[in-house]
Amino acid sequence: MTTDNAEHDIPALEVTGLVYAYKQNRAVDGIDLTVAPGSVYGLLGPNGAGKTTAIRAVTTLLPIPAGMVKVFGRDPAKDQMGVRRSLGYVPQQLSADQGLTGRENVANFARLFDVPRSVRAEKVERALDAVGLLDVADRMASAYSGGMVRRLELAQALVSSPRLLILDEPTIGLDPIARDSVWKHIAEVRAATGMTVLVTTHYMDEAEEHCDRISLMHKGRIQAVGSPTELIASLPDAHRDNASLETVFRYYSGGAGLDEAIEGGIRDVRSTRTTANRVR
Amino acid sequence: MSVVPAPRRTASAEGGALLTAAHPVRTGWSVLPARMAALCIVELQKIRHDRSEIYSRAVQPLLWLAVYGETFTKIHAIPTGSTPYLDYLAPGIIAQSAMFIAIFYGIQIIWERDAGVLTKLMVTPTPRAALVAAKAFASGAKAVIQAVVVLVMAALLGVGMTWNPLKLLAVLLIVVLGSGFFACLSMSIAGIVLTRDRLMGIGQAITMPLFFTSSALYPVSVMPGWLQPISRINPLTYEVDGLRALLIGAPTDLWLDLGVLAGSAVLMVTVASMLLPRLAKG
Repeated sequence: MTTDNAEHDIPALEVTGLVYAYKQNRAVDGIDLTVAPGSVYGLLGPNGAGKTTAIRAVTTLLPIPAGMVKVFGRDPAKDQMGVRRSLGYVPQQLSADQGLTGRENVANFARLFDVPRSVRAEKVERALDAVGLLDVADRMASAYSGGMVRRLELAQALVSSPRLLILDEPTIGLDPIARDSVWKHIAEVRAATGMTVLVTTHYMDEAEEHCDRISLMHKGRIQAVGSPTELIASLPDAHRDNASLETVFRYYSGGAGLDEAIEGGIRDVRSTRTTANRVR
Repeated sequence: MSVVPAPRRTASAEGGALLTAAHPVRTGWSVLPARMAALCIVELQKIRHDRSEIYSRAVQPLLWLAVYGETFTKIHAIPTGSTPYLDYLAPGIIAQSAMFIAIFYGIQIIWERDAGVLTKLMVTPTPRAALVAAKAFASGAKAVIQAVVVLVMAALLGVGMTWNPLKLLAVLLIVVLGSGFFACLSMSIAGIVLTRDRLMGIGQAITMPLFFTSSALYPVSVMPGWLQPISRINPLTYEVDGLRALLIGAPTDLWLDLGVLAGSAVLMVTVASMLLPRLAKG
């Protein structure tokens, strides 16, 4: 396992020995990671690897002891509100409120993050524009396609000016065109704002193309960390010919590919199926 | 003629600057009311977009008044003294219809958990109590609309009610408090049972007992001895008694009714807020 070095004094995210168990099942089993400000950091692994549990611990949704997680130096165990103020979060499910218009969905988040009334309308407009939804902002979210809902969620997350944007499987259940569109907007927003992005995915190609650094997760543990190039370079010579992240993952997970390594419980399957059903 | 696609706008540097601009954040005591107000706006927006539930929910209380009320008024089966039974019943139907809306709010919050809406809200700097109180408010807002429908129907059926605006405002306050209590009770149960199917069963199991052990349909004095103490710990009884006092001048301790309802609502908001994180974990 390679070492993950912080590039700045205060990391956007620092996780130290994070452990979380659902009853007897250790979903996250002692992970360490450091996310440098301004980077796109990928948590890559199959369903059930522990990615979502790790994200839920970082986002204050799960109770964790002090000292395991720090978001820009703030510990969610001690300062939940402070951590939440610095986060933009897009969960795995397509979670826009179907009973509201796109604009209302975003404006709601602007209010919840105290965006001042004087700039709120403009900021909502800019967030919708940044994800290409301004023209359909006043349509009900229930009329949006799966890809549009994902972009709407991105706008919801952006409107609060988050320092750390967390995306949990942002392209799950989307068709290839919608996947490309979502990533294109993430890249554009990042280029315009320079915010830090932490993303989980089980798509190797997405991680390879869009992430500056990647942690490969398997069975609740991080098996390897590095940039896509570093990860491939870390393979022994015998495995390096035509190697991809899939090869890296197979090597570090003891031979399992992403498809075979799926060990997610019913929780993951249910969540994925719910999202897929809403996309159809 | 060739078609040139219009250039697509992208997140510009100017737009990026606004999106990253820091702004002052609210802290201290003002956070809770500000978040409650924000979430209440959302609930009102949802009601504005889809009013079908309000129309369909109005049918049942109207049937209670027009069919059950008129029939039992004619047969004089329930002793209500000099008060016509329909007059006696109308406040009870307002409270009942409010409870029937509220008692299934737990299902809505479980649905929002499953859809990721609740999870995402719980990652915003919003106290859990504000999330719960906003749902309670939404339940109260729907109950107020129902109450207005029942009042108009009751007036058309000849029920002699007060039209004192202050008393009517107090009626709406009681309806909101009662509805808020039952919505929070439902959300608390949701926080314990965690699934829609279990909550449906429990909701069905407790709705009728709450209704029949209250003073909505008949006076507590005609209940069997063993039932009367149960009626006295049922918040629906206090809601009905308060409404009856305000609308038709029935004798009761209005401050006691208001105090019990307000206290129960605050207690249940607290309990539901404490149980909400279980839903996020589940």
